[in-house]
Amino acid sequence: MNAINKLWMLVLLLAVPMLASASDAGLHLDKAPGDLGDKASLQRGAKFFTSNCLACHSAAYMRYNRLADIGMSLEEIKAMLPEGAKPGSTMSAAMDAASAKMAFGVAPPDLSVVSRVRGTDWLYTYFRSFYVDSKSASGVNNLVFPSVAMPNVLGYMQGDQELDHATGKLKLVTPGAMSTAEFDATIADLVNYLDFMGEPAKLVRYKLGYIVIGFLFLLLILSYALKKEFWKDVH
Amino acid sequence: MKLLKNLVGWVDDRFPLMDTWKEHLSEYYAPKNFNFWYFFGSLALLVLVIQIVSGIFLTMSYKPDALLAFASVEFIMRDVQWGWLLRYVHSTGASMFFIVVYLHIFRGMMYGSYRKPRELLWLIGVAIYLALMAEAFMGYLLPWGQMSFWGAQVIVNLFSSVPFVGNELSVLIRGDFVISDATLNRFFALHVIAIPLVLAGLVFVHLIALHAVGSNNPDGIEIKKHKDANGIPLDGIPFHPYYTVKDIVGTVGFLIVFCAVMFFAPDMGGYFIEANNFVPANPMQTPAHIAPVWYFTPYYAILRAVPPMFGSQFPGVVAMGVGAVAILFLPWLDRGAVKSIRYRGPIYKMFLASFVISFIGLGYLGMLPVTPIYTLISQVLSVVYFAFFILMPWYTKIDKCKPEPDRVTFK
Repeated sequence: MNAINKLWMLVLLLAVPMLASASDAGLHLDKAPGDLGDKASLQRGAKFFTSNCLACHSAAYMRYNRLADIGMSLEEIKAMLPEGAKPGSTMSAAMDAASAKMAFGVAPPDLSVVSRVRGTDWLYTYFRSFYVDSKSASGVNNLVFPSVAMPNVLGYMQGDQELDHATGKLKLVTPGAMSTAEFDATIADLVNYLDFMGEPAKLVRYKLGYIVIGFLFLLLILSYALKKEFWKDVH
Repeated sequence: MKLLKNLVGWVDDRFPLMDTWKEHLSEYYAPKNFNFWYFFGSLALLVLVIQIVSGIFLTMSYKPDALLAFASVEFIMRDVQWGWLLRYVHSTGASMFFIVVYLHIFRGMMYGSYRKPRELLWLIGVAIYLALMAEAFMGYLLPWGQMSFWGAQVIVNLFSSVPFVGNELSVLIRGDFVISDATLNRFFALHVIAIPLVLAGLVFVHLIALHAVGSNNPDGIEIKKHKDANGIPLDGIPFHPYYTVKDIVGTVGFLIVFCAVMFFAPDMGGYFIEANNFVPANPMQTPAHIAPVWYFTPYYAILRAVPPMFGSQFPGVVAMGVGAVAILFLPWLDRGAVKSIRYRGPIYKMFLASFVISFIGLGYLGMLPVTPIYTLISQVLSVVYFAFFILMPWYTKIDKCKPEPDRVTFK
């Protein structure tokens, strides 16, 4: 056994620096302050999402009545339904895809699983990284998504940011309808909601995980005791 | 109790039930000195069962249609009762299968389990591994995300580099000139029935072969050399109950790891489920970076390490293929005086360690985008990888082995 332990030590020692050296830096992303246990935040995010994002984007795999998972009542859900939709309908965009494509050059992507594609940190940084850029068609650009086709629809809330080319940092030049703290909190709620929408099962997955693994640990103790008992007579 | 006895008697008159039970469980004598590494055989069988059962349930809701596949997976994740759990069981199981099988293979390499009289057992095992790779590759196309599509595109394109028949071969595999609905349908058919049947058959044969020659053990010596008056190996214990109760402990321990991944990190940071696979397959848009899932990346790195020769990628494809089947030849490459690493000399240990490092290193590099420095490291590691096999007849022969014990080591 000793020889094998030594071998493994050797393997680990040689493998670790190789694994550590190759992680690339990339752009710095702000940590999304999301908390899936915060139902109030998720509900604020859901309302913000349905009243703003669904104008152009769809969430074709997300049903309105799934909002019950984050504590919304059927009445509240019914109140936010667009015309013709039922609580069991999936979320479609108000604008049809063809005219959206004409307006923006690309069809706005479906957002059902966007949090799983991009990650919450990327989304949280993205929404807060628009800046004024006269060279772009929409008049804005984005630090984490250069030449993005989406106009800065949230600009009136955040205000206008400019890019300081020397430091690569953004600074607010014209204040918007919200203070920076208010805007960041709104985006945090939105990203929190997008995280939930990307995988609604996340709300139960962790809880169930603790129960199942707790049970397995008890079973481990019992099965180990059983093994010990049987193996007493092996010499 | 009497009823049960009568029933068993009734069956036994018509089918060798008790004989089978005895031969494979209660009177199959396994060495008593199995250690941690010997859990992975039974665990591989467990994962196979997990994959088949979860797969059956997934098949009930999945749609093998290029227009519906992606949405049907999201339907399973959201609208099917416990669908998310089934899907994560299956996706986690796929990666766990390879972890378990890689450790199982490595166990065989450490203790010389491929040596006489277990060569055929080893060959069957390698066949299982190859079937498993085909199974995983085809299964990965089914979610029909960007990585499914482009991963399959890259791998099937490799077949088109085969001289003379390449193009026809790749069209035959795809059923089309690009990965398409036709490909999805045939991969689905192969994934859910053809290859699982082959796997089940091979696993059965693997077990029969094992029970015919008997298990190896960490000392690499034959327990059948010392038998008592009844012909039972002195260092052997009946598989049931001793190893059944021991394997229950291994199973529960393994399930804890399995569940920890499945419930808390089913994506494993993008290694088990890639982020880009949540974008529906789009034949018009090639992703900037295409990498296969982690369990194929060592061979993918070997492929990329070999430069094109005579304007053809074929040499790289051959190197990749040979890399994947190289372990097949171990029984005839190893000339060591002993089987187990416990009694091998320092040269073999050094080569085995460098083999492990090259395999893990290539696996890591296979996930990264190509840069000149990474390609150079991949080339060095590929040489190390193949040197382990090519030089084996030489270094196992000159290595200074320690004397093997007469009986197994048991504390």
